[in-house]
Amino acid sequence: MAAMEKIGRKLASVALGGAIVAGASVALPARSEAAGPQFKFAMITHAQPGDTFWDIIRKGAEAAAKKDHVQLVYLANPNAAGEAQLISNVVQQKVNGIALTLAFPDAMKGALAQAQKAGIPIVGFNAGGDAWKKAGLLMYVGQDETIAGEAVGERLNAEGAKNAVCVDQQQGAVQLEARCNGIKKTFKGKLDVLYVNGYDMAGAQARITAKLQQDPKIDYIVTLGAPFAPVALSAVAGAHSHAKVGTFDMSPVAINLIAQGKLQWAVDQQPYVEGYEAVDLLWLYLTNGDTVGGGGPVLTGPSFVTKANAAQVAKFAKRGTR
Amino acid sequence: MSTATREVQPGTRRLPVAQSRWKRLFKRPEAGALAGAVLVYLFFTVVAPPFRGAEALATVLYQSATIGIPAVGVSLLMIGGEFDLSAGVAATTSSLAASMFATEIAGNLWAGVVFALLVSLAIGALNGYLFVRTRLPSFLVTLATFLMLQGLNIAITKLVTGNVATRDISHMAGFASAHALFASSFTIGGVTVSIAIFYWIAFVLLGTWVLLRTKVGNWIFAIGGQSDSARAVGVPVRAMKIALFMVVGFSVWFLGMHMLFAYDTVQSGAGVGNELFYIAAAVVGGCLLTGGYGSAVGSAFGAFIFGMAMEGVIYADWDSDWFMFFVGAMLLLATVFNTWVRARASSGR
Repeated sequence: MAAMEKIGRKLASVALGGAIVAGASVALPARSEAAGPQFKFAMITHAQPGDTFWDIIRKGAEAAAKKDHVQLVYLANPNAAGEAQLISNVVQQKVNGIALTLAFPDAMKGALAQAQKAGIPIVGFNAGGDAWKKAGLLMYVGQDETIAGEAVGERLNAEGAKNAVCVDQQQGAVQLEARCNGIKKTFKGKLDVLYVNGYDMAGAQARITAKLQQDPKIDYIVTLGAPFAPVALSAVAGAHSHAKVGTFDMSPVAINLIAQGKLQWAVDQQPYVEGYEAVDLLWLYLTNGDTVGGGGPVLTGPSFVTKANAAQVAKFAKRGTR
Repeated sequence: MSTATREVQPGTRRLPVAQSRWKRLFKRPEAGALAGAVLVYLFFTVVAPPFRGAEALATVLYQSATIGIPAVGVSLLMIGGEFDLSAGVAATTSSLAASMFATEIAGNLWAGVVFALLVSLAIGALNGYLFVRTRLPSFLVTLATFLMLQGLNIAITKLVTGNVATRDISHMAGFASAHALFASSFTIGGVTVSIAIFYWIAFVLLGTWVLLRTKVGNWIFAIGGQSDSARAVGVPVRAMKIALFMVVGFSVWFLGMHMLFAYDTVQSGAGVGNELFYIAAAVVGGCLLTGGYGSAVGSAFGAFIFGMAMEGVIYADWDSDWFMFFVGAMLLLATVFNTWVRARASSGR
């Protein structure tokens, strides 16, 4: 019964959304009533399918959509052309707002112009911290990856590291490059970048092992994704290395490893908040004309999860929202 | 080798015998791949000092084993004349099935292992059945199952666990024994060696024995080379093709179990793209894309070439931006050399 009701409501909301768009698109912004206008938002990301991190973003977005009575279309494509194509697609669907990751600013230029011409407000999140203004996006919510990288570099200095490796799982993704470059900026030792191939864990482990064997002086490994932290730890064990491991982003496994003292820290950018805020900012803009951030990004990170605060975060991570 | 020492005395006769032996060796499908592997090995030994040690060899062999185990099944299937593009994601399907069945339903990992085996064999059987029923090229049939499995992996994982990665299984009942069987590693002379390497070798030997010493092996060559003639002389072509797809299912199940117990959680998006490495290992190892020719040992050399290229680039400390280029270039070199060796051998010089 409840499911039927839900479907009915959804249908009604789609019909209503359609009617508003068809009837009077000028009447859309700056009007909020008790019932609330039913918007249709699109969230477009460059997620690799089946990635924990992106799933948390999506959960945050869905939570906000539910609270704001917004219909949310979630779409993802890890390639530049693919993500741009998705923007054109939702513009043709006549959505009321788009939240997107600006992972490939140049490739997405044309599609963004299409959306802007159609008068659709666009909020950036997660990727594109240095490009969103130029691309004409309204707001941006996320972690400044360069700042996060710099924070990691400082931390490595403080821990006395001399030779570090940055493990990048998606060669060519600008936000991951920005992290490595940020580390390079502040880290006083030598930093190498090692690329691994998506989620081929055996391949990742073998490559990290090979790197440790190639250069036994390596004393710190920074993985750019949490699923790779345990892999790096087993590579360290296998290569009889004494390198420490820290990671960007989080996962339940990573938090356990931090609590056990095996993993040093995780840089949290709070993906749930990114997804949540991206949707909520669109809603605020459409219902109240708000722009948030004062011309700058709305920052969700970086914050370090260490042994000291791992237990507190762990209960949310178990639920799949941190 | 032992016969050569027996024939030491009659000096005049030794030479021709040895020569024909060499010639026979070089006419084997895997000869070119063996030569290519030696070439790549020597190359990295020269340019990358850290590549020379036993530790590096263990790392390279491990990387090779994760390609080589499914490549054995894939090479048998290719000799039988067919492709399987679904093998890469099917390995992830298997890990996911085991993990989720164990955590959500059975409570014991061994139940998950058995369940995953059934799932993997069923996927193989489905591939085979669809192929013989529709008479579509196996390329298309397995491309369809590849894409469907890719979607199912993510959708079902999300449906069952609420997340896109499975839970950590390392505290569950049966983990210790399953880990010991599928994913343990031990130390030989101070070098940590993964058990996967030994399974790989065992599967290669088994595949070779089946191909060269059994009736089934003859049938595989027959259905790959001359399917109609094979049917005419009474080879159960359809059943054999389905069985070969199931062999691939078994080999990816085994890899899936290794991946699950070695890494405790599974990302549901994993495995995409690996099918090409398995097929490439088989082809580099001498399997013809058209079927009817090839060997299981060859697939092992093919996988070893891949493993060396992937790890060698790191041992050589080349700029990692160029990584995939180097892997591709090494592959091209090894393959061209391989073909050249084979051509010379069969032209009788």
